[in-house]
Amino acid sequence: MSEIPSALALGLRRGGLEIRQFSRQRESVVFTLLFPVILLAIFGSVFKNTIAPGVTFSQYFVAGMIASALVNTGFQALAITIPLERDFGTLKRLRGTPMPASSYFIGKAILVTVSMVVQILMLLGFGIIFFGLDMPTDVSKWFTFFWLTLLGSACSTALGIAFSVVPKSGRGASAVVSPLVIILQFFSGVFFIFTQLPPWMQQIAAIFPLKWLTQGMRSVFLPDSFAGQEVAKSWETGRTFSILILWLAIGVFFSIRKFRWDRD
Amino acid sequence: MNAIEVTGLKKSYGSVHAVRGIDLRIATGEIFALLGPNGAGKTTTVEILAGFRTRDSGDVLVLGFDPCVRGHAARKWRNHLGIVLQSTSDSGDLTVIETIQHFSGYYSNPRKVDEVINAVGLDEKANSLIRKLSGGQRRRFDVALGIIGNPKLLFLDEPTTGFDPQARRAFWTVIKELRGNGATILLTTHYLDEAEALADRVAVISDGLILEISTPSELGGRSTSSALVSWRDGKVVNSQATDNPTAFVTQLSVEFNGEIPELTITRPSLEDIYLTMIGMVHE
Repeated sequence: MSEIPSALALGLRRGGLEIRQFSRQRESVVFTLLFPVILLAIFGSVFKNTIAPGVTFSQYFVAGMIASALVNTGFQALAITIPLERDFGTLKRLRGTPMPASSYFIGKAILVTVSMVVQILMLLGFGIIFFGLDMPTDVSKWFTFFWLTLLGSACSTALGIAFSVVPKSGRGASAVVSPLVIILQFFSGVFFIFTQLPPWMQQIAAIFPLKWLTQGMRSVFLPDSFAGQEVAKSWETGRTFSILILWLAIGVFFSIRKFRWDRD
Repeated sequence: MNAIEVTGLKKSYGSVHAVRGIDLRIATGEIFALLGPNGAGKTTTVEILAGFRTRDSGDVLVLGFDPCVRGHAARKWRNHLGIVLQSTSDSGDLTVIETIQHFSGYYSNPRKVDEVINAVGLDEKANSLIRKLSGGQRRRFDVALGIIGNPKLLFLDEPTTGFDPQARRAFWTVIKELRGNGATILLTTHYLDEAEALADRVAVISDGLILEISTPSELGGRSTSSALVSWRDGKVVNSQATDNPTAFVTQLSVEFNGEIPELTITRPSLEDIYLTMIGMVHE
C-alpha cells in the first residue's frame, strides 16, 4: 500500500479544484473581478481633477483600487465563502477525509493568488488605457510592488480565514463583511485623498493594513515628489512592511487556532 | 480485534444529556445498525466515533485509534474511514466524476473512480454537474465519496433517505458487497426494513441509552413471541394468537378438510417490536 499524499500535493490539487469551481460561478466571477473595474470607470470619469503637479485623482484612485484588490480577493472573498462552505456541510465532509487543514488553506491561497493577479492586471490595463496611469520604470519600484502584493495578499488571505469564524451564518456573512470592507476603504483613502480625511478617521485607518497597502501602492504608481503630500511627508515603506508582517502573524495565529469545520 | 470499542460513553450539551453511558463492541466485518427516534443520541454517537465531536467521558477505540487523535496520526486513521453524514447543500458546480476523482486523491489506496460510480449506479450521471442530480442521486453520490477511499470502516448516517425502493435495493447490494470485502459498517436508519435486510446486529437507542443489542430476528424476544394466525370462515375473518402456530394450523386444516381460506401466519415485524420498545420508554 502506498503512502498518504503529502499536504502540499493535496493543497495544489485543491487549488486547481477551487479555481475550476470559482470559474463556474458566473455571478461571483462578475462580482469579484468586474465590480472594481466598474468602480474605477465611474470614479475615474467623475473626478478628473489634478491633485498635485503631474498627479490626477484617477491615478491616486487606481493605486487605491489595486490595494483594495488584495483585500477583495483575499479577506472579503474568504470571509464570505468559508462560512457558506461551513453552512453547506462542505467543510465537515472534508474534515472526514485524510486531507489536512493545511491543504485546504493552500488551496484557498492559490485561488486568492489567481483571482488577485487577474484583477490587478484588469485594473492596471484599464488604468493605463483610460486614466493615464504611468507604469514605474524604476526597478526598485517594481520590487516594492512585488513584495507589497505578495505580503498584502498573504496577510489578506490569513485574515480572511481567521475572520471566517465571526459571521454567525453563511447567509449573513456578506452582510457582515462587505460593509466592513467598504468602510475600511473610505477610511483608508481609497475613495478620497487620505490627508483630507478627518484625523480620527486617519488614526483608525492606520491600525489596519489597507491604509498601508494604499500608501504603498501610491509609492509605486505616483511620482516620488508626491511623497511630501503624505501624512508623514514620506512613503513610510519600512513601517508599512512591519505593520503588514504583524497583521500576517495575527492572521496566521487565529487561522490555526480558531478555524472551524463545523457550525456547532 | 473489534473495529469499534466503546465503554461508558457520555456526552452532554449544556443541561441536555445526549448520550448517557453507552457500551458497544462492533466486530470487524460486521454490519451494525443503530435504531432510535430523533434526538435519541444516534447522530451524536456516530459523530463522536467519527471524530467530529469530543466526548465528556468514556473510552472509545475506533480501528485502534482514539477518535480525538490529531495531526499525522489523524490522517492515517481517517485514511481507513468512510463517512457519509447528512448531504451537503453547496451550489454543486463540479461534476460527479470530477469530485470523486478529486476525493480519491486524498487516500493512499483508493478504489477506482469508474468502479465506484458504477457501484452507486451513477454511470449515466458521471459527467453531470452535482446540482443537476435528484435528491436520491445526490445521496448516492454522497455514498460514492464515502467509499472511494476503500474504507475498513464505513459510517452511514441515514444513507437511503429520499431513495426510491429500487435505488434502496441497489444500495443494499453495494453495502453487502463492501462487507463481503471485509469492511465494517455502522449504520443509522429510520427504516426498519433496511436494518432487517442489512444488519447482523442492531442496537435500539432511546434517551441516550441502549435499550437492547440483538440480531434483528431476535430483538425484543421477537423470535419467541406468539404468532398471529388468521383465516376466513364463511364471511368472518378470524384471528388467533398462538405460541404453536404449526399445531394450530394442522388442526385448522383438519377442520376445513384441506385448504384453509385466506390463511396468513405473521409474527411481529421488527417495526412492531421497535415501536413497542420505544413506546415503553416514553410511557
